[in-house]
Amino acid sequence: MSGQSALRGPALRMGGLVLALVLLVVVGVATGGERFWSTGNLITVLSLAAVTGVVSIGMTFVITSGGIDLSVGAVVGLASVWASTRSTQYMAEDYGWWVIPVTALIVGLVAGLINGLLVAYGKMPAFMATLAMLAAARGLAEIIAGRRTQIVFVEPFFDVLQARPLGVPMIVWIVVVVAAAGWFLLNRTTFGRRTVAVGGNAEASRLAGIKIKRHTLYLYGLTGLTAGIGAVILLARTTAGSSTHGTLLELDVIAAVVVGGTLLAGGRGTITGTVLGVLIFSTLTNVFVLNNLDSSVQAIAKGAIIVGAVLLQQWFASRERTTST
Amino acid sequence: MVDVDPDRAEQRAEQPLLRMRGIVKQFPGARALDGVDLEVRPGEVHCLLGQNGAGKSTLIKILAGAHQPTAGEVLLDEEPVTISDPVAALKLGIATIYQELDVVDGLTVAENIYLGHELATGGVTRRSDAARNTRQILDRLGHKEISPHREVGSMPAAGKQIVSLARALSRDARVVIMDEPSAVLDSEEVGNLHRIVRELTADGVAVVYISHRLEEIRQLGDRITVLKDGRTVATGLPVADTPTRELIKLMTGRTVEYAFPERSGVPEAAAPVLEVEGLGLGDVFQDISLTVRAGEIVGLAGLVGSGRSEILETIYGARRSTSGSVRVGGKRVRSGVDGAVAAGIGLAPEERKSQGLLLDEPVYRNITLSTFARMARGGLLDERAERAAAREQVEALDLRPASVDRDARTLSGGNQQKALLARWLVHGCRVLLLDEPTRGVDVGARSEIYGLIRRLADNGTAVLVVSSEIPEVLGMADRVLVISDGRAVHEGPAEEIDEHAVLDLVMEGSVA
Repeated sequence: MSGQSALRGPALRMGGLVLALVLLVVVGVATGGERFWSTGNLITVLSLAAVTGVVSIGMTFVITSGGIDLSVGAVVGLASVWASTRSTQYMAEDYGWWVIPVTALIVGLVAGLINGLLVAYGKMPAFMATLAMLAAARGLAEIIAGRRTQIVFVEPFFDVLQARPLGVPMIVWIVVVVAAAGWFLLNRTTFGRRTVAVGGNAEASRLAGIKIKRHTLYLYGLTGLTAGIGAVILLARTTAGSSTHGTLLELDVIAAVVVGGTLLAGGRGTITGTVLGVLIFSTLTNVFVLNNLDSSVQAIAKGAIIVGAVLLQQWFASRERTTST
Repeated sequence: MVDVDPDRAEQRAEQPLLRMRGIVKQFPGARALDGVDLEVRPGEVHCLLGQNGAGKSTLIKILAGAHQPTAGEVLLDEEPVTISDPVAALKLGIATIYQELDVVDGLTVAENIYLGHELATGGVTRRSDAARNTRQILDRLGHKEISPHREVGSMPAAGKQIVSLARALSRDARVVIMDEPSAVLDSEEVGNLHRIVRELTADGVAVVYISHRLEEIRQLGDRITVLKDGRTVATGLPVADTPTRELIKLMTGRTVEYAFPERSGVPEAAAPVLEVEGLGLGDVFQDISLTVRAGEIVGLAGLVGSGRSEILETIYGARRSTSGSVRVGGKRVRSGVDGAVAAGIGLAPEERKSQGLLLDEPVYRNITLSTFARMARGGLLDERAERAAAREQVEALDLRPASVDRDARTLSGGNQQKALLARWLVHGCRVLLLDEPTRGVDVGARSEIYGLIRRLADNGTAVLVVSSEIPEVLGMADRVLVISDGRAVHEGPAEEIDEHAVLDLVMEGSVA
């Protein structure tokens, strides 16, 4: 009986998320009609969700392992600035447009690895290590950019990243690919299994011979890498790098991951849930904008969704506990 | 034997202060208490004696309001009472001082003492009142030197114990239960503790005192109740004229006999697999040397806190040794857990749930936690192979229910243990370290676990096992090391030593 409920639990949770998304779409169609249910608007919804979406995939891993990364927003800002400095762009003109995205990815990866070193080997609480990175990365970005917006002038960069294969913007394709890769990594590889194991019971994993420190390092590196990808998407969408890019992104990302059903305490993570969580928030924003509603009201609705989703999760969890013991 | 005044016990009121009658506590799958009677008089030190698993902790928890008895009654002043929760226990005047001192490190002495019943007016704490009362209580305990404003986290264990005691007094406790209070103290502090206990009893407080040290019980106790397998086997024994031999006899000799598998006899020529030399870990244990040959089961016997579990964890690399070496098959083991696992050492830890299992993951993933990476191809999980390997073990070990997809949480203790053994069977380790393999396993499933361990050994695994149940170590192992205070005090074939001798070794420090 409990075996059944263990199978039913996740499916039920996913069903709830899909239902919430469908409800939002129904409200969108009812209040916005054509303005909401058009290819153009739906693609806008997806494009605006791209940065949050990509970073949420990385965050899903860290949270599944029982950690947290508060620095992703600041790292997105830093990577966007670093990848759009004059010297980076001159290099891109000399060697090729790819210098810009590669620079952003490296900056993100290195920042993530520093987080990982502090958490795994410096034994700092993840909350504090990444909070420090948040402050430092934002400060460094401001120094590099001199508080100015850096316009990207490397045209080939836009030729590639603003292209629309099959009518869908490249940045949406990037999210699709990252999400698919993330799902595969979490569910089908030893890396994913280690992540779930460490989050479920770090001591048991250590005693079973899993190198949890090294794995923790990789996890934060991965999240930093997704922040780098997020920076590339922002550069492509806004055509500029700025030290204010990604401000408060970490909150949207953590909200989407947790609403999606990944346990903040670790041990259970779902990429599908994260994608649904991102879509729910993005659709919500769109419906509010189309109805000319105040962004403050929108913030309140977001808060309500987070509270509702977490309460539901806890209810599911306690129900599983009682049916299985 | 030491300064027991023969008149002392008689002078006290004859009416018992606390009485427990026919207490039964049934846990799912195990009966922890099966008819316990206890009678405590005001002003006496009543010692509770029994082996690990005899039911002492459960009994204390019932008195402290942490557990509810399944049957039986508790009377205070001959009035039946219900101790529904810890607050109720304190209101009735029953205070418990646990072995793991339950003080809050970040708070001051006074704050700890008044935790949960703060002196306050309209929500604002009356700090000076609390400090003054705290000073009075500490004075009564003979510890004027402790400042009420000192942060408890900065105090040594003995000081924390004083705070625990002071808390009991601040509640006007009439019954104080102390669970192995001397275990965390050095000898000077123990003397002080004894003085305080005597002062408490002089004021008419009844003390229920739990200790493994017979010597201490002789010094301090008035009467003894002996528990065995959840039952009271003797109650109200006068400390003064009950010989040690009698007490040990009461504590041993099980009503439930476990079936141990036949020893297969380790050939003399069998190669040593695990060689530990001069291993030490700070002041936890020192100079432990032992050898386990292929096919041999070696047992470590000793009391809680003797360093048994730490020895296993150090061999496994989970703790960093301060001296000595560990070799497997003649080769020195790299430090750290992964070095031990690579050398072929496996550990089934004492705390199955917190150290062994992923409770919310399916059984097969628990079984392959050490091997999923080896089964994977190029980082891609081979769940089919994992399931197949797990299913094979589930059948071989008769793990029930025979499903590899259930969450580990849903299994009984015995079956969780089987899953952990299965993990190392799949891994194919040469040395298996077992810490309390039958803790929380019900009696029926125990023989099965014993059989399994013997089968592992017969297949050539070197097994090192720790158990706080002495008969279990003696029944299961080929050879036994007796550990007392972090040192090996005896080594020899398991057949040549009995439970009495082991208890004598660990309780008195010498063979009787």
